[in-house]
Amino acid sequence: MAERPRLAVVGAGPAGLAAALTAAARGVQVVLVDAADQAGGQFYRQPAAALGARRPRALHHQWRTWERLRAGLERHREAGRITALTDHHVWCVARDPASGAFGVHALRGPAQDEGTVVRADAVLLATGGYERVLPFPGWTLPGVVTAGGAQAMLKGGLVLPGRTAVVAGTGPLLLPVATGLAAAGARVAALVESAGPAALLRRAPALAAQPGKLAEGAGYAARLLRHGVRVLPRSAVVAAHGTGRLDAVTVAALDRDGTLRPGGTRRIRCDTLAVGHGMLPHTDLAETLGCTLSGTSVRVDAEQRTDVPGVWAAGEATGVGGAALALAEGHIAGGSAAARLHGTATDPRRWAAAARARTRLREFATALDAVYAPPAGWADRVPDDTVVCRCEEVTAGEVRGAVELLGAGDLRTVKLLSRAGMGWCQGRMCAPAVAGLTGCPLTAGRRPLARPVPLGVLAGLPDTNAGLPDTDPGLPDTDPGLPVTDTGRAMADAGHPVTDTGLPSADAGPPETGVDRPDTDGDRLGPDTKRPGADPVPPETD
Amino acid sequence: MVGAACALYAARAGLDVRVVDRGPVAGGTTGAGEGNLLVSDKEPGPELELALLSARLWAELAEEPGTAMEYEPKGGLVVASTPGALAALRDFTAGQRTAGVTAVPVGADRLRELEPHLAPGMAGGVHYPQDAQVMPALAAARLLRASGARTHLGHTVTGVLRTADGTVYGVRTDRGDIHAPAVVNAAGTWGGELAALAGVRLPVLPRRGFVLVTEPLPRMIRHKVYAADYVADVASDSAALRTSPVVEGTAAGPVLIGATRERVGFDRSLSLPAVRALAAGAIALFPFLERIRALRTYAGFRPYLPDHLPAIGPDPRAPGLFHACGHEGAGIGLAPGTGRLIAQALTGGAPELDPVPFRPERFDTDGGDAR
Ligand SMILES: Cc1cc2nc3c(=O)[nH]c(=O)nc-3n(C[C@H](O)[C@H](O)[C@H](O)COP(=O)(O)OP(=O)(O)OC[C@H]3O[C@@H](n4cnc5c(N)ncnc54)[C@H](O)[C@@H]3O)c2cc1C
Ligand SMILES: Cc1cc2nc3c(=O)[nH]c(=O)nc-3n(C[C@H](O)[C@H](O)[C@H](O)COP(=O)(O)OP(=O)(O)OC[C@H]3O[C@@H](n4cnc5c(N)ncnc54)[C@H](O)[C@@H]3O)c2cc1C
Repeated sequence: MAERPRLAVVGAGPAGLAAALTAAARGVQVVLVDAADQAGGQFYRQPAAALGARRPRALHHQWRTWERLRAGLERHREAGRITALTDHHVWCVARDPASGAFGVHALRGPAQDEGTVVRADAVLLATGGYERVLPFPGWTLPGVVTAGGAQAMLKGGLVLPGRTAVVAGTGPLLLPVATGLAAAGARVAALVESAGPAALLRRAPALAAQPGKLAEGAGYAARLLRHGVRVLPRSAVVAAHGTGRLDAVTVAALDRDGTLRPGGTRRIRCDTLAVGHGMLPHTDLAETLGCTLSGTSVRVDAEQRTDVPGVWAAGEATGVGGAALALAEGHIAGGSAAARLHGTATDPRRWAAAARARTRLREFATALDAVYAPPAGWADRVPDDTVVCRCEEVTAGEVRGAVELLGAGDLRTVKLLSRAGMGWCQGRMCAPAVAGLTGCPLTAGRRPLARPVPLGVLAGLPDTNAGLPDTDPGLPDTDPGLPVTDTGRAMADAGHPVTDTGLPSADAGPPETGVDRPDTDGDRLGPDTKRPGADPVPPETD
Repeated sequence: MVGAACALYAARAGLDVRVVDRGPVAGGTTGAGEGNLLVSDKEPGPELELALLSARLWAELAEEPGTAMEYEPKGGLVVASTPGALAALRDFTAGQRTAGVTAVPVGADRLRELEPHLAPGMAGGVHYPQDAQVMPALAAARLLRASGARTHLGHTVTGVLRTADGTVYGVRTDRGDIHAPAVVNAAGTWGGELAALAGVRLPVLPRRGFVLVTEPLPRMIRHKVYAADYVADVASDSAALRTSPVVEGTAAGPVLIGATRERVGFDRSLSLPAVRALAAGAIALFPFLERIRALRTYAGFRPYLPDHLPAIGPDPRAPGLFHACGHEGAGIGLAPGTGRLIAQALTGGAPELDPVPFRPERFDTDGGDAR
């Protein structure tokens, strides 16, 4: 190619943005592809309002970082060095073994039913992660959402002041969610965290090595106090109650070993429950490309390269550790990709500072992981009649039976014998729960289709290895621009014909709504996970 | 699947059965394929006879308590898009009928009574009421349980125990030896490797297939539907039917589309040309599918032997060793018949079918793989 080498970056969160800017600054033509309607990823998707008027220093600092990234992106876009494709849901990245070229296949359009492909010389996967939610009786009631779902409610301005929320589960993400809800005017009745203060203390050395992080934590603590949020450490929500909709939760105190403390339960009234048990990496695209995983993360070397030639990975996809870590990894990955694409030697000195930050932040993340593990024995407390897989309505009892009665031995055979994980979300939501219930190791599922793809799009692919047409289609000339507001997008979409399939519209309709985007990310808990698109508004708004 | 069926019929013949598998139940090809129980796609010959026997046995098994395995005797519908293809299909069915297959011609005007969403303009078709369906993983798990056999899951066979005169007396596993006067090789695609452990050759090779699974839908497709296209094989002057993927609705809602056939070894990576072909074939039959989404796709490796027939029965080269593998794209459908033949061979009973075409040693004696 006479032109500049082309790098496709999938995911425009902190990792993807940092990578794109670094690579573009070093003479690489970057195509930044993201499913969301704006760049920013999970973290920068936070509405400014959630940060409050009097931002703690740490948050303020992050906001400034975001503004810098956004300005950089604008600059490179104007100079034609970065093409940003928002609203592009990548369903597969394929590599042509003969030429080494990549086909990045995405769905776009309001119904995500138009196929499009971008040709690239190298690919950088910065697909982030998704939330882990573990089941308990009542978790499928309307009013129960994931922590990320609560975040989306905030974004859409859907939290009406006067709502009463409980935030529960485990992990550092619960703090920003609780403060965000409180700042938006909801009454946060309690923050229920299964880890205890002692566990945090045990990891003190690794945590103390991160003064910025501790300051961030302290900032949240102060804000919780200011909003009068009661924090209940070493406790868990063991049941959600309500007929037709959430009206209360039962919170139980846990013993040091994670078991329920006798007599330690209380009932808290609330109409919203935000639950989360940490994040898991998105690895579908990497797995299909043949990248080796380690555990549930994409394995990378010191330069953030995967073991497939031409494929880099950065951020949460390679292990969960927060926005700062994602930025550092993205920076390194972008630098390495640029050097390799230009055929020059990589010079790790160029990213030495980022590499040091990466080491420190990974240690910090490992320490946090150990603190914020789901409480021991949680799986034994899930009664047989609790639904575990919502898409297929499979209960805990059926999942246990697949192993105990039918001889399943891993997540795949549990799925085959119980249908848990066969539905719309393809097990993204229930796999961790199924693993816990059955004792099978949690492995990254094999999902060659990272998104549901219309058969018409598959049938229309060029008949080549990577699904690339014989001549380079070039880059789509419609760079929708950044940032795009929701209204702007809706208007652009209005003229788009939605063709009739002869099916009830609920069946053929768009799989996702504009409000709460990635169903497949599993960050919505409403009853409509089974039929995405059937309900244009998350149930929390009713 | 095949091992579970062998265990069931052997146990029912009064034998004490142990089942050893290095993985979980249905962890091999059985968990990676589809559960079509077809007679429609088979030409007259030994495979069709085994399929017809198996079809009867499947219907019996489905009646038994404790065997819920999504058995559906829904019937197949083979359609021809051109008059030429229809003529070839009719010739093909004439032969099948003499072998005992029920094949009912369906005129162009009646096709959409059977399948309301079928593409218009088809020349005609044939309805096969004997075609049926099971969910393979469930079927294997249920039959295994019904057999009452002791299972050793997660145990890998690392050797076949043989006396000085070559007689087989058990297997060595990574977790100890299991002694038995008879060993059945039901290792599917890995059957050749297992045979090699006993010192005999069985050329089983993998043949990859992809399946596409759609989002759940209300029932829109009632039968197993596939297209028969006429292909003249000029060289041999014989006519063969080329078939497109089988499209069918399932009780659980998704439409299954499968499967492709490729010889590419054990390469599991996604083949876009394969899923493209599946999608295109399915849309040609049911245009409404164009807008329907595929939720997942997966690949499995069919165990095939050079003459496309399974190896079933005792191996004279290693007394005490029996084979039940190499069923290629029909191992689910052919499993009960295979189990019955194996049980009869183990107990010295009279075989229900002529076992000669399935002899495991045929590749050594009949001119090897060239056959
Ligand atoms: C509720 C919540 C609160 C948080 N609070 C904090 C905090 O206070 N401090 C902190 O340090 N961290 C926080 N985090 C974590 C932080 O958001 C992440 O660490 C960070 O965003 C990871 O960056 P990333 O670039 O790896 O992934 P992400 O930010 O998740 O970005 C990934 C991007 O990839 C896109 N994508 C994924 N798959 C596809 C696909 N197939 N096709 C197209 N696009 C795709 C997604 O749309 C997304 O934009 C929080 C997270 C959550 C969920
Ligand atoms: C895409 C696709 C679609 C298909 N569709 C159909 C269909 O519609 N209808 C149909 O009838 N057939 C279909 N088939 C074919 C069918 O799946 C196979 O023929 C059948 O599953 C073979 O069953 P099996 O029991 O012989 O092999 P498997 O299910 O592979 O069982 C063999 C077992 O042996 C075990 N094993 C191997 N080596 C060892 C060892 N050394 N020690 C211990 N255990 C060992 C393995 O772990 C495995 O569990 C399809 C196949 C594919 C790939």
